[in-house]
Amino acid sequence: MNTISNKKGKIKDINGPIVTIELPGVQNGEQVRIGSLGLYGEVISLEGNEALAQIYESTEMVRPGEPVEGLGHPLSVELGPGLIGGIFDGVQRPLEAMFLKAGDQIPRGLSPLPLDRDKTWHFVPSENLEPNMPIINGAVLGKVQETETVEHRILVPPNISGELIELAPEGDYHLEESIGQVRDQQGEIHHLKLYHRWPVRRPRPYQSRDNGIEPLITGQRILDTFFPLLKGSKCAVPGPFGAGKTVVQHQVARWANADIVIYVGCGERGNELVDVLDSFPKLKDPYTGRPLMDRTLLIANTSNMPVVAREASIYVGITIAEYYRDQGYDVVMLADSTSRWAEALREVSGRLGQMPVEEGYPAYLASRLAAFYERAGRVDTMDSGKGSVTLIGAVSPPGGDFSEPVTSHTKEIIQTFWALSKELADARHYPAIDWVDSFSADVSTAAEWWHENIDRGWEKRRSQALGMLARDAELSRIVNLVGPEALSSAQRWVLEGAALIKEGVLQQSALDPVDTFSSPEKQFMLLDLILSVYDAGADLIELGVPVQELSEMSVLARLRRCKELYDSNQIEQLKAFREEALNDFKEIHSEYAQRGEQPA
Amino acid sequence: MSAKEYRTASSARGGLLTVANVPNIAFGDRVHIRDQQGNTRNGQVIRSSDEEVLIQVFEGTSELDLESTWVRFLDEPVEIALSPEILGRIFNGLGEPRDYRPPIVSSLRRSISAAAFNPAARTYPKEFIQTGISTIDGLNSLVRGQKLPIFSASGLPHNRLAAQIVRQAKLPDDDSRFSVVFAAMGVSYADARFFQEEFASSGVLGNVVMFVNMADDPPVERLTLPRMALTAAEYLAFDLDRHVLVVMTDMTHYAEALREVATAKGDVPARKGYPGYLYSDLAEIYERSGRIKDRHGSITLVPVLSMPSDDITHPIPDLTGYITEGQIVLSRELHNQGIYPPVHISPSLSRLMKDGIGKDFTREDHPHVSNQLYALYARALETRNLASIIGADELSTRDRRYLEFADAFENRFVRQSEDEDRSIEETLNLSWDLLSTFPSQALTRVNETEIAKYHRQSV
Repeated sequence: MNTISNKKGKIKDINGPIVTIELPGVQNGEQVRIGSLGLYGEVISLEGNEALAQIYESTEMVRPGEPVEGLGHPLSVELGPGLIGGIFDGVQRPLEAMFLKAGDQIPRGLSPLPLDRDKTWHFVPSENLEPNMPIINGAVLGKVQETETVEHRILVPPNISGELIELAPEGDYHLEESIGQVRDQQGEIHHLKLYHRWPVRRPRPYQSRDNGIEPLITGQRILDTFFPLLKGSKCAVPGPFGAGKTVVQHQVARWANADIVIYVGCGERGNELVDVLDSFPKLKDPYTGRPLMDRTLLIANTSNMPVVAREASIYVGITIAEYYRDQGYDVVMLADSTSRWAEALREVSGRLGQMPVEEGYPAYLASRLAAFYERAGRVDTMDSGKGSVTLIGAVSPPGGDFSEPVTSHTKEIIQTFWALSKELADARHYPAIDWVDSFSADVSTAAEWWHENIDRGWEKRRSQALGMLARDAELSRIVNLVGPEALSSAQRWVLEGAALIKEGVLQQSALDPVDTFSSPEKQFMLLDLILSVYDAGADLIELGVPVQELSEMSVLARLRRCKELYDSNQIEQLKAFREEALNDFKEIHSEYAQRGEQPA
Repeated sequence: MSAKEYRTASSARGGLLTVANVPNIAFGDRVHIRDQQGNTRNGQVIRSSDEEVLIQVFEGTSELDLESTWVRFLDEPVEIALSPEILGRIFNGLGEPRDYRPPIVSSLRRSISAAAFNPAARTYPKEFIQTGISTIDGLNSLVRGQKLPIFSASGLPHNRLAAQIVRQAKLPDDDSRFSVVFAAMGVSYADARFFQEEFASSGVLGNVVMFVNMADDPPVERLTLPRMALTAAEYLAFDLDRHVLVVMTDMTHYAEALREVATAKGDVPARKGYPGYLYSDLAEIYERSGRIKDRHGSITLVPVLSMPSDDITHPIPDLTGYITEGQIVLSRELHNQGIYPPVHISPSLSRLMKDGIGKDFTREDHPHVSNQLYALYARALETRNLASIIGADELSTRDRRYLEFADAFENRFVRQSEDEDRSIEETLNLSWDLLSTFPSQALTRVNETEIAKYHRQSV
């Protein structure tokens, strides 16, 4: 691909993944291949004729004196049809293709091209384009049906604009075939293909940023109803091990109403990625009815893969996310876990002998994190469309301590915080998202959407529920000191109401086929139903009905099960049940009202 | 082997030896070091430049002098010789026999630092392994290819539990082609002996490969030992189609050895002096378990680690928990009450359980029953706390029922004897005995069909 003769040099020193090379003229950030195996790496600093390179593969049995080659470009990804449905490693090598070619283990020095060159794609040129028209970077040249769900828009690469000289007619093309020509301002002619390359550490350009206006619907009640996340916003999911970070991420990847989902397994378990690979093709996207894999792409750097490629993996992921954003799509990128990425930074900085500041992390941790999260956003694309990248990063704080550097720096940048709690997970309250520590800075924007599309009572009901949960925590402390007898009936009914919210709304089973996804309508219905029952009960308590009698009502047990008894299409049946439940309360009401009229 | 010897050692400190003026030695190369008495020590190149080479010496550098030390570079990575003959044998951390029998002779030698498995080559583990232990089978089920550590602490019976798992683990349908790889790092003679006798008395000894590093053996050997053991396990699983259960004890000694070497090398420490790469290093070990497409064997990993000062947030258990697919946590409180196995179920977890249990695997009610027991026990522990403050007499009848449940759960479900091998059917029936002490409307995690079928009081 690169016709310029590559720079040659040799290895001076090998210190694990950090290799000193002698390679005059190499640029900082340039890709290199080292040793007789041709291992891939990246230059991270220069000094005189020598350069330090971080190597994406194990350097075992590599020797000083072996050759080194500079490739003349920084770490880049291929962007074009064939990405969706695939699984790539941290430097975008196609893992399926490598498995077929090289077997169970990932061999060193092998680098098949990320996108399949043998496959043809049916290209349909954009109708509004004609030869000799001026054309800008990011303009849509045409489209290709990438999967049944995704229409892939072929873009003019970000660094090319000028005059369109030629555009290929509709037909089947290989990736390497020219589908158009553009003459730039300098008069140079560029042949455009179905794909182009882009360096991962440089954000892709857009016209301007815009505000988020619409919440991302994940079908998870505690997320959508209590801690909403806007499309184009950024979010962190911190939690100790075993609190359910991965399940939350998988649930979002499954049910979010995004066009494209990019899941970056960064330093995590191999079997979890296999779970996604196995289950997603069988699961149906609730919005399109197509297999979920038709809109999903996986980047896998499992925890046992070389640590330097882990550092690269999240940039590979976000660059692909920006590419689909530029086509006018709403993209969700999940990074599990950003802590492992930070640890990769720490490992490299440690090997370079840089001064550690907090827990061994380098001083630039906070700025790198911020720069990464800032690549999320909702934008006006170069082609004057709207696209967004929503970024959800898992954080794995050591010992579950949220004051550690990665969690605390992340917290300063993000808009929405879904904090997972060990205590809730231990009691098998899933998702174990703590309603006290979590927050969303976008509730008021989300409220506009809920009020317009679902129900005007949303914000009121949401704060009523949160208020009850706060009261519950307060009252439980009293109970733990002096026992439940010290509480008034009204207070004990609050405890009962909070328990109903926890079990009937907040707890949601990812394994139950009905409960796993709740439409916004169902979410609001359930919340409203439980709060209406609570309100009705509170009225009765004022009339003097003992709390015991209310707690034993059989309708309460059914109320807890509504989430799994009625699916998202059974809103009418839920409404009918609501009438039934409230009637039970009315009966007691009239009973006591009559008693009240009679002299004692 | 045309390896040359060099006498250019330029510094020795801790377990590290520097040799100057050697040409282009490979990173990771194996090294033999001959001291003035003519004894050979083993080492490995951990940094190589065109000027000098840094060698990690497994037996340490004490009593070495710089003048008369000979260093020979073998031009090969650390390897292990493999053949079916390894079954029934005992090796040290370098793969040398420690059972006074001849070394394994085989043309098949493999580097112990294997390349990572391609995630696309893995298959998802979902075959339920019955261990006969209710707290594991019922609540934290183990599946073939899983890595499920035991988090223990000094004085707790983790070895007995590990031995019971080895003895009883079987698939409900078959137990053919089953092998055990046992890796002991920094263990006492008593512990090593305990396992050896256990394997002998349960008749599995011929199917066990043992890798043993005693507490008084060189710590650096603990770094290669688990990799030796797992390379052997991979051979048994993926070349010989065996289902391999790997028991590793004690991973805490492994991590301490890693810290010792890292400190000597001058690596920047992260938490509690452990190097920043402890996570990646542990992951290299743990992630070698699993199942591979089109291969019949599997590697199931049960590492044992002791939590220093019973602290689960200590870097070793903490990082392990982030890598493994769950954990079985032992409790000193239960142990002091004389309950064996003292499995503390609240922090225990099996991540791969969801796909290996239920209809078609164990029994259709299993997922909900497990969830329900967890929820009730969590509530019961809260009630027990409350009772210890306000007194049990002050509790409502409802709360008292929880209190009784906690006792029954610990004494009937958790407690079992070391030779008691409960089938999953027995475990689930026992669960319903306990659940049936509650009225059916208090059981919100099990569904109505399950209540109708299994609840003792339902009609």
